[in-house]
Amino acid sequence: MNLQNIINDIESVDAEVYEKLDTRRSVMKNFANIGGKLALAAVPLALGGMFKKAYGQTPTDVLDVLQFALTLEYLEAEYYQKVLAAAGLNSTLVGAARQAYTKISADETAHVNFLKAVITGAGATPVVKPTFDFTGGMGSGNGPFSGAASPFTNYAVTLAVAQVFEDTGVRAYKGQAPRLVNDNVALEAALRIHSVEARHAAHVRTMRTAYAAANGGNASAAIPAGVTIYPWITLNQSGVDAPFATTVQASYNGEENVTQAGVNTTSIGGMTFSAVDASASFDEPLTKAQVLAIVAPFIA
Amino acid sequence: MKETISSSQNKNLETISRNGINRRSMLKFFGASAAVIAFGSACNKDDVADNAVNLGSGDVGVLNYAYALEQLEAAFYIKATQSNTAGLSVAEAQYFRDIAQHEIIHRELFKAALGSNAIPALTVDFTSINFNDRTSLLAAARDFEDTGVSAYNGAGKLLVNTDFLALAGKIVSVEARHAAAIKDLISSGTFADTTDANGLDIVRTPAEVLAIIKPFVVTPLNANNLPTS
Repeated sequence: MNLQNIINDIESVDAEVYEKLDTRRSVMKNFANIGGKLALAAVPLALGGMFKKAYGQTPTDVLDVLQFALTLEYLEAEYYQKVLAAAGLNSTLVGAARQAYTKISADETAHVNFLKAVITGAGATPVVKPTFDFTGGMGSGNGPFSGAASPFTNYAVTLAVAQVFEDTGVRAYKGQAPRLVNDNVALEAALRIHSVEARHAAHVRTMRTAYAAANGGNASAAIPAGVTIYPWITLNQSGVDAPFATTVQASYNGEENVTQAGVNTTSIGGMTFSAVDASASFDEPLTKAQVLAIVAPFIA
Repeated sequence: MKETISSSQNKNLETISRNGINRRSMLKFFGASAAVIAFGSACNKDDVADNAVNLGSGDVGVLNYAYALEQLEAAFYIKATQSNTAGLSVAEAQYFRDIAQHEIIHRELFKAALGSNAIPALTVDFTSINFNDRTSLLAAARDFEDTGVSAYNGAGKLLVNTDFLALAGKIVSVEARHAAAIKDLISSGTFADTTDANGLDIVRTPAEVLAIIKPFVVTPLNANNLPTS
């Protein structure tokens, strides 16, 4: 009953909220009916407009989350577009792998368009797409993923960077969800993007394992020796080999957590579980500040 | 240790009941508004058996709903890992083992978080699944995982407490990873075939989800008191 929360919040700053709502009954009804009544293409615009109509503006917090999400989606979308267009990957990114990247790219581009439409519908201006530096060099073009380690020529790096972006994206959305608790529409949309990012992450992780198996072992896929990568994150393991391991570790720090809601999940219900299984059972959120620090090297 | 845990959880639950009281007074304030009438008529109380397990209301109801789903998933994977299914590769069997552990942990965490508000253990029925056949097993796993993802995606907005919302968020992405992994085993590349034109994943209401899982859950469930928005 998040409508209740919204009303409570508004009431605390505007005692006349009930009167206003009473005259806007048809708008409030729209909150419930939005999904069923509108044609698909019209949904993002309508979502953005919904809160604005109910109270005249979209709360700053919700808009901030949407703009932040858009920035991340810009990064992912441009990455996959460049990967698919890279001549240097023509011989390695083939067949099922190319199809998978095409699917992921389409989803990320759809997320960009969706968020832009929602933000516009809310009466705000979508943030401008940053200039990206996929070498991770903050615009210098000679970061850790440059030269022979460019994700646009070195397929092992292509996969590793994709995994890190997807796993980071999952954690980023997860960290923002509580900020949307008072806006059912934005929260549901964010959750529905969040689980898609998790599906992407799982698939990319599977691709890395398969690539290593088909090309003579872990080293061929930039996976550390002796490490097995699963579709889920085990402990705080990136599964990314040196020299990139240090660069990407911040995306995995904290994933080793086994305490949930105050309960140690390695010992629960009279059973014991390994830290690997307990940590893999939950993905952990990242704060906005943590995510911005992680992506900063990729923004010029 | 455990006592400390349950007292902190009880605190959360108390918060919820306070919200519940506020909500009631709000409904009184609205009187017979269009919204209240709509909520009332949406309930199909006739469908509920007399002996049905009541999931409850508010955040407790939503957590019990998730607990019911995790019970079902855990029971499925426990049976799967005991079945020595023909044609399942070593790597595939490892996935099933891992996922079984995850689902049992999810189940136990909800049970612990709900404390005395937890619904009892549900009786399940998997007779429609052939655990000796790889294809049947993977198809069932895929359906449970995709249903789980859609359920959590729909349940998030029903929660009021942000700690519970954060917890559900930590679990749903792992369910999505499971779903993608299982789907790739069935047909590589189908990991995210659930998205719509906006790149958004599937979402379902509790009523839709409970209808899907009904053939597998013998214990009748009463979801009439769950929040609807």
